[in-house]
Amino acid sequence: MAFFLTLPLILLIALFVLYPAFYSMHLATLNKSMQKFVGLGNFTFLFKRDTFWMVVRQSCIFAITAVFFKALMGFIVAHFVHNLPAKGQRKWRGMLLVPWVIPPAMSTLAWLWLFDPSYSAFNYTLSFFGVGPIPWLGDTFWARFSVILVNVWYGAPFFMIMYLAALKSVPDQLYEAAAIDGANWWQRIWYVTLPMMRNIIAITTLFSLIVTFANFDIVRILTSGGPLDSTHLFATWAFQVGIQSSDIPLGACVSLFMVPILAVAAIFILRDVNKRGNEA
Amino acid sequence: MSRKTLTRRQFVATTAMSSAALITAPYVRGAYAAGKLSIGFWDHWVPGANKASTDLVNEWAAKEKVEVSIDYITSNNKKLELTVAAEAQAKSGHDILQMPTWWPHAYADNLEPVNDIMEPIIKQNGDVNDTVKYLGQAGGKWLAVPATVGSQIKGPCSRIDLMKKHAGIDVQEMYPVGGPPKVDNWTMETFLKAAEACHKAGFAFGIGLGETTDSVDTAGAIFQSFGADLVNAKGDVTVKTDAVRQALEFYKRLIAVLPADAASWDDASNNKWLISGRGAMILNPPSSWAVAKRDAPQVAEQCWTHGFPAGPKGRFAPFLPYFWGVWSFGKNKEAAKSLLTHLSQPSSIEKFVAVSGGYDLPAFANMTKLKTWAEEGPPKGTLFHYPDPYKHQTMSIAASPAPPKIAQQIYSQATLTKLALRYARGETIEQALAWAEGECEGFMRS
Repeated sequence: MAFFLTLPLILLIALFVLYPAFYSMHLATLNKSMQKFVGLGNFTFLFKRDTFWMVVRQSCIFAITAVFFKALMGFIVAHFVHNLPAKGQRKWRGMLLVPWVIPPAMSTLAWLWLFDPSYSAFNYTLSFFGVGPIPWLGDTFWARFSVILVNVWYGAPFFMIMYLAALKSVPDQLYEAAAIDGANWWQRIWYVTLPMMRNIIAITTLFSLIVTFANFDIVRILTSGGPLDSTHLFATWAFQVGIQSSDIPLGACVSLFMVPILAVAAIFILRDVNKRGNEA
Repeated sequence: MSRKTLTRRQFVATTAMSSAALITAPYVRGAYAAGKLSIGFWDHWVPGANKASTDLVNEWAAKEKVEVSIDYITSNNKKLELTVAAEAQAKSGHDILQMPTWWPHAYADNLEPVNDIMEPIIKQNGDVNDTVKYLGQAGGKWLAVPATVGSQIKGPCSRIDLMKKHAGIDVQEMYPVGGPPKVDNWTMETFLKAAEACHKAGFAFGIGLGETTDSVDTAGAIFQSFGADLVNAKGDVTVKTDAVRQALEFYKRLIAVLPADAASWDDASNNKWLISGRGAMILNPPSSWAVAKRDAPQVAEQCWTHGFPAGPKGRFAPFLPYFWGVWSFGKNKEAAKSLLTHLSQPSSIEKFVAVSGGYDLPAFANMTKLKTWAEEGPPKGTLFHYPDPYKHQTMSIAASPAPPKIAQQIYSQATLTKLALRYARGETIEQALAWAEGECEGFMRS
C-alpha cells in the first residue's frame, strides 16, 4: 500500500529527473554525429581543450565570488531589517525581495540597457563626474564584474530572508547573557549570532552555490560569454557548443561536468551540517 | 417494423453499379482531402512581413485542399535553432521547418532531399550563388529549398552626409540608382582610411567584435577578401599563412578606430549605433534603416545601402540564406514539396520582397532587380544595390570554404572575431595564431 501511495512521486521523479539525467549521460557517450558510442572519449577530448579549463576556472570564480557577496549583503541587510520596528518591517521585507521575485530574464534585460554600449545610463550618469565611458561588457574585468554584480543583486534577497528567519529564532536570552558578560557588538555577532546561524548559512550557501554555478540567463543575456569567452560558465558554454555548434554530445558532456564539482561541495557542506546536528 | 430483404442477385447488381459509379465518377474532394501540413516559419523582424507567408500558404492550401497550421518561431535567443534540434531528436514536429544557414547540413540525415523541386525552380528563377550551394547541398543532393524570407546580405549601410563630409566619399555616386557600381577605388584601404577619418570626426564605423552573427559575418568577408581561410575546403588547418597574417594586420588597424566597447556588441548594437546618429557606417541588412525610417527619419534619409570594399583577393559580401527543410519523418512530404514550389514562384518571391520592404532576398540570379529595391526610400533608391544587381561581389559566408560541419564551429564560436580581437588586445601574432590553430584542431571532431 505504501508503495502505491508513493508511486506518483516515484513516477514524477523518474520522468523529470532520472530520465533526463540518464539520457544526458547517454548523449555524452556518443560521437558528434550521435551514431557511435565513444565511451568517455568526449571527456578526454574536453580535458585537452584550453577553453574548457578556462570555463571551469571562470565558473568557480563566478560562483564563489557571487555567493560570498550575496551572503555578505544578505547578512548585513538582514540585520538592518531585523532591527527595524516590527510595524514597518513587512513593507521593507517585501520591497527588498523584489529583485528575487522578478523573472531574471526580464530584470537582466533592464541591466543590459543600463550597460548598453550606446545608451548606457550608468555611463551617462558617470559622465557628469568626468568618469568613463566604462566598457561594462566589452572589457574582460568589467564584463566579469557586471555579471557578478547582477547575480548578487538578484540573489542577495534570498540570503536576506533566510538569515532574517534565522536571526528571529535566536533567543534574546543569549544576547542578554552576552551583554551581562560585557560582550561588545562584534563579540555578540561572533560568539552568539554566527554560531546560532551556522546551519542556515551552510544550507543557504550550498543551495546558492548550486544555482549560481549552473547560472545561464544572466550571462547569456548580458555577454553571451564574451568578450573572448571570458564570462562563459558551464551552462552558457554547453549551449554554445551543444546547440549553436550542433555538437549535442559535447554540450551534454560540458553540462555534466558540473555534477562532480557540485557533488563534492554538497558532501562537505551537508556532512558538516549533520555533524553539528548530531553534536546538538 | 418492416424489414427489406436483399436477394443475392440484387446484392451483386448493386455492388457492380456502385463500383462502376466510383470508378467513372469525377474525383470529388472534400475540404481537406489532401491531408494536413504543419509549418514552422521564422518569425520576421519586419512588422507585418509574416502576412505574406500566411497569405501565400492559405492561397495554396485552398487550391490544394490541405489543412495547414503555421507557427512563427522567433530566432531570438536561438529559439528557432532549439526547435530544429528538438524536432530532429524527437523525429517528430512540423512537416516544413525554416532553418538558418548551417542547419540543413547539421541535420542532413533527417532531411528529405528536394532535388526534384529544386531543379525546376532553378530553371525558372536562375541559378543560386555558390554560398547557397555550399550550405544547401551535400553529396549532390539538395537538402533544403533556399527561402527568400529572412535571407539577407550584410553589406555596408552608410550615412551619405557623414561619409561625404568626413571621408570625402560620395556613396550615391559610387553606387548610383539604376546603374552599375563605380567601385574601382572602393578597396579595403579606402574603407580603412574612411573609418579612421570618421572616427576622428566622432562618427566611428559601427562594427561589432562580439560573438553574434553580425560581428562574425563582417570578419568573414574581410578575411575572405584577403584570401585568409582558417581551414581550407579539404579540411586542413591553414591558420598560419601570410593571408591570415595580412588580414589580422588590417583588422588591428580597423579595431583601433572602432567604438571602445565593440567587443561586447550584439546584433542589435550596430542598429542602435546607426539610428542614434553616432556612426557613419554599419554592416547590416536594411532592418536598421527600416527602424530609422520610423524612429529617426532624419537619419534614414541619409542612409545608403551598398556593396563591400574589395581586398587583394576580391570583393566578398556576407550572404546569410535561410532554408525551408522538409523532415524525412514528416507525414505529408508531397504536400510540403508542393507548397515549397509555390513559395518559390517569381510572384511569391516578389510578394515576400515587397511586404518586407526589400529586406528579404531571393537567392536566384534572375530575381535581383525587383522594383521594390529601386523604389524604396527615403532616399529613393537607397536599397537599389542591396541585392547586388550587377553581381560585382562574391556572396560568401564566414568560415567557408571549410567543410560545413567544421565551418559551423568556427562560425558559431566566433573564432575569426576572437582571433582578431586577441591580436588587437596585445597578444603577439604568433600567440593569437597558435590559439586559433588549437581551436580549429578541436573542431575536427566527427
